[in-house]
Amino acid sequence: MKQVPREKNMKRTEFFRGARDTVPLLVGAFPFGLIYGTLAVSAGMSVPAALGMSAIVFAGSAQFIAVGLIGAHAAPLVIIATTFIVNLRHMLYAANLLPYISHLPQRWKIPLSFWLTDEVFAVVAKRYPSQDPSVCKHWYQLGSSLAMYLNWQFWSAVGVISGSFIPGIESMGLDIAMVVTFVGMVVPYVKTKPMVFAVVTAGGASLAFAWMPYKLGLILAGLSGIAAGYAAMRIFRGNDHVAV
Amino acid sequence: MSLYEIAVLGGMFAVTFGVRYLLIGFSSRIRLSPAFERALAFVPPAVLTAIIIPSVLMPDGSRFDLSLANAYIPAALAALGAHLVMRRLIVTIVFGMAVFFLWKMYF
Repeated sequence: MKQVPREKNMKRTEFFRGARDTVPLLVGAFPFGLIYGTLAVSAGMSVPAALGMSAIVFAGSAQFIAVGLIGAHAAPLVIIATTFIVNLRHMLYAANLLPYISHLPQRWKIPLSFWLTDEVFAVVAKRYPSQDPSVCKHWYQLGSSLAMYLNWQFWSAVGVISGSFIPGIESMGLDIAMVVTFVGMVVPYVKTKPMVFAVVTAGGASLAFAWMPYKLGLILAGLSGIAAGYAAMRIFRGNDHVAV
Repeated sequence: MSLYEIAVLGGMFAVTFGVRYLLIGFSSRIRLSPAFERALAFVPPAVLTAIIIPSVLMPDGSRFDLSLANAYIPAALAALGAHLVMRRLIVTIVFGMAVFFLWKMYF
């Protein structure tokens, strides 16, 4: 069936709007990708593996942590388990998007899932619920996803190259980009008392367990925060959204 | 690429894609228990905070650095302040990074 021009236009508009609305996050991801590339090389990864990780895993914070573990020659199972815990939050994003994308065919579901990152979620979570009759908001997500993906590939490659040519780039503190981006992502969650418990516990536990090898402390801290938040929610039961 | 790298990349791909795809791909056949769904809501802030705090207070990965020379602390506080006031991620990121590099220049 031939598409009516109007619908085709709408798809294109959604696609480019999605990409455009992702621009601020591209800015945050670029130093992050750069430092990932440089760290990957200095941790002893081969160039194809360093680029391949960005291409097939596509998860900034997990890649960052994995590179640290690879540098310490951690067992693959330890790295994979850590990746799993660190990326478990994406399941929440998926659960949130379900009402909007569960009707799509697999040829959409597979790529949109593969490209589902913190940044894309932050952008599309605002678009999907908006009150307008567009039937191709998934094109908006595609635009956002592709912008993030291409940006990430480009800057990791630049990082891999500069890591081999600019000595000391890995100690310039470019990982600050990850810290400030995550700060901006955590703040909007912290609106209820249980969330305050979750965040304070996770932060405290991350310091208490920092001595543990292989980032096990991160896993335990994350789980402690989730448990604390959940327990607090049960205690304040019946009033899930107690304002702080 | 070494065998070690292939194992790491393959495993990381499997768990990352698995976590992202499971609910979306099998949406017609999976029901989450409400308790699990509620616990899931705490995952992003808890994990992100557990990544941020040690990066800020222990930049070398093992020791606390609460000195003026640790630019991560003012940068993180600046990002927090910027986000509370402006609520725009781009402002948070740019301002936090600017504070970081200016601080490093002067201390």
